[in-house]
Amino acid sequence: MNMSRRAFLQVSVSGTALLLVGATGLLPRLAAAATNPLAPTDQRKPFEAMTLDEVVKSLGGTKATKSTDIMLQAPPIAENGAVVPVVIESKLPNTKMIAIVSEKNPHALSAAFRFPDGTEPYVMTRVKIAETSNLYALVQTDAGFFYTDQLVKVTLGGCGG
Amino acid sequence: MADPMRIRAALTGDVVEVKVLMSHPMETGLRKDASGKPVPAHYIETVKASCKGKDVLTAEWGPAVSKNPFLSFKFKGGAKGDKVSVTWLDTAGETRTDEAVIS
Repeated sequence: MNMSRRAFLQVSVSGTALLLVGATGLLPRLAAAATNPLAPTDQRKPFEAMTLDEVVKSLGGTKATKSTDIMLQAPPIAENGAVVPVVIESKLPNTKMIAIVSEKNPHALSAAFRFPDGTEPYVMTRVKIAETSNLYALVQTDAGFFYTDQLVKVTLGGCGG
Repeated sequence: MADPMRIRAALTGDVVEVKVLMSHPMETGLRKDASGKPVPAHYIETVKASCKGKDVLTAEWGPAVSKNPFLSFKFKGGAKGDKVSVTWLDTAGETRTDEAVIS
């Protein structure tokens, strides 16, 4: 499934480029697509991982250590798995990235947020969770990877119908 | 095409809190429609926020971010009247940029 998705992305990107060559009005879009740093490259690879360990490895780490300096706020019981509000705040020094990982989803990594200097290591968003499972907040700092987790019970799944 | 984002940026002390509400279906590609045909994946892959030409946040998303995504983050170095610009790019190659003034 992963490979076909990747192949599909590549095909659709090149197809879009061909379509747009003649359409000058749409050239800015082509430029945007061409400069997209996330066109099927290594940065999409972590999204194919199935477990927390695999996510850490695909992001270039070796293992994640549990830390109490990460604040993860999510509802203990999510009635609707399609919309689960999540707040993550890291108190670890030099936090570079915060990722949301839930292992029972079709793909473990939900989202990764990168923080340049000057941006607080804080993020609030809403994610889909397929079924009752531990939700992980994964944090990357200069010192490596750290995580904290919380059990989220889902009464209505967030993926599929 | 895609509807505009709703962006609010508010300065408290020296920290700007930005709240963004995007309008996007965020299809995972795993769902089937009423006739049993799979609905193709269509979700936002990249989000970038900048202020005064400097990136303040970049994010890579998978399909597991909820439909009509909400995002909030905080950064330092913004002043009242500065513009915060947010751009997303999805798997279909569509992109959208919107701006808000820090209040």
